[in-house]
Amino acid sequence: MENVVQLKNLRVEYRGRGSQPAKLAVNNLSLAVHAGEVFGFLGPNGAGKTTTMNVLLGFVNATGGEARLFGVNVRDPIARQRIGYLPELTYYYKFLTAEEILRFYAKIFGLTQSESNKRIEALLKLVELTEAAKRPIKSYSKGMQQRVGLAQALINNPDLLILDEPTSGLDPLGRMKVRQLIQRLKNEGKTILFSSHELGEVETVCDRVAIVDKGELKVEGRVTDLVAQYQCDLEKIFLNVVGYQPESRS
Amino acid sequence: MNSVFAIAGLVVKELQRRKDFYVLFVLTALLTVLLGSVSFFNAENIARYLKDICLLLIWVSSLVIAVTTTARQLPAERENRTIFPLLAKPVTRGQVIAGKFLGCWLACGIALLVFYLFFTVISASREHVWHLVPTLKAVWMHWMLLGVLVAMVLFGSVVFTAPSSNTTICFIVIVGILGIGRHLHRVALDQPEPVSTMLSVIYFLIPHVEWFYLPDFLVNDQNIAPWTDCLMASLYGVAYMAAFLIAAWMRFRRQMLSV
Ligand SMILES: Nc1ncnc2c1ncn2[C@@H]1O[C@H](COP(=O)(O)OP(=O)(O)O)[C@@H](O)[C@H]1O
Ligand SMILES: [Mg+2]
Repeated sequence: MENVVQLKNLRVEYRGRGSQPAKLAVNNLSLAVHAGEVFGFLGPNGAGKTTTMNVLLGFVNATGGEARLFGVNVRDPIARQRIGYLPELTYYYKFLTAEEILRFYAKIFGLTQSESNKRIEALLKLVELTEAAKRPIKSYSKGMQQRVGLAQALINNPDLLILDEPTSGLDPLGRMKVRQLIQRLKNEGKTILFSSHELGEVETVCDRVAIVDKGELKVEGRVTDLVAQYQCDLEKIFLNVVGYQPESRS
Repeated sequence: MNSVFAIAGLVVKELQRRKDFYVLFVLTALLTVLLGSVSFFNAENIARYLKDICLLLIWVSSLVIAVTTTARQLPAERENRTIFPLLAKPVTRGQVIAGKFLGCWLACGIALLVFYLFFTVISASREHVWHLVPTLKAVWMHWMLLGVLVAMVLFGSVVFTAPSSNTTICFIVIVGILGIGRHLHRVALDQPEPVSTMLSVIYFLIPHVEWFYLPDFLVNDQNIAPWTDCLMASLYGVAYMAAFLIAAWMRFRRQMLSV
């Protein structure tokens, strides 16, 4: 079976500006995400997670290597027909209401009026924004904005979801709800690729994980296999991989 | 096409929900009425004077609306990061440019209709005659002109990333074209080479927006520009719009979008 996401020797270098030197953000990264799995893309801040996702979505051009979605090169807009994307920190159009925003994105996918009505109603319910649906976004809290983001990512009923730190900045309750949502979407058969640096939540929802640091792949595998192999929990593996040494015994 | 219209619709909705347009309209109306109520001249002259003022204000307001609305579109999408969820949909960058252009141009058109309606009411109240055809021609030409400016500003906004520098540069360019641009070919004759050739080349390259400026006809009750001239000028305008949009697209197409 074809991989949903396929990265082969991906390399991304940001050109330096003025006195800033060029920055190698992703180096020789190869990964595959299989259909129907929840894939956790882990790494400390600045590891290159967002950059990798930006390549998958065509925002950033790879300097080398190859990136494919459903077997199609990411530069082809068709590759984005079946995906949903939740970006990091986005301030959605302030002058619109949640309902209007979803209607806007539905139009882009060419949904008919009745299709989009049905879809929007279901999504607003799913992310618990039905009450606030007719209020302008500028009156929303951060958590509510994040839920608008989740709803827009699901507007086309995508097969693959790419979520960039979906739980960052949320309170514990909000985090739990996002986790439940991911679980639910997985049960519907969707493939989910999400980045995070919160390890507790990753362990409970992910089938497989990859840990990157400084743009390089350090560890990849099934969560259960990794735990068995290293004989410790994911957090220890993570800290070990990114070179954090526990206080030395003196 | 769906995406282009959806993006255009968003621009129009934004203009409708922001206060700038209303403020400019009320200001134009107030100033016209205020200046019109001061009568220094005899009855015949005041009608002309009033129309002159009103048209000048419309001209300035439309320019401000066109430039400020267009200049903030792409920078705001990037700053608020809405460009990311948008481009993550099956939308090409060309469609984003086309949608933004169409939206800004339509928004300008709506603003123009409102402004000229006000102008018609004002002039009819003084003269008791309707100049329907000349007014429509003037609106059309004005709209074509704004189309060229919108395309130019949109191109500017993918070149200069800071919206304020783009707005300033565009205003300078527009004022430059209106003030100096149209005399350049005559200035060129008096210059030594190679300045002369350079100025002539610039003269032929810049969009001559002054050709679209018809209000003189509305004020002086002259027979307005013939249809053929309007048509030629429109084609000229469309060519410039296309050129600016293609340039904007070429530039935006391969641009890296990360913060
Ligand atoms: N536009 C850019 N120009 C230069 N360097 C960048 C740019 N965007 C990100 N980087 C650098 O690339 C590295 C990876 O960043 P990023 O992919 O955002 O990491 P993460 O999402 O894992 O926190 C960081 O060191 C960051 O400073
Ligand atoms: Mg990131």
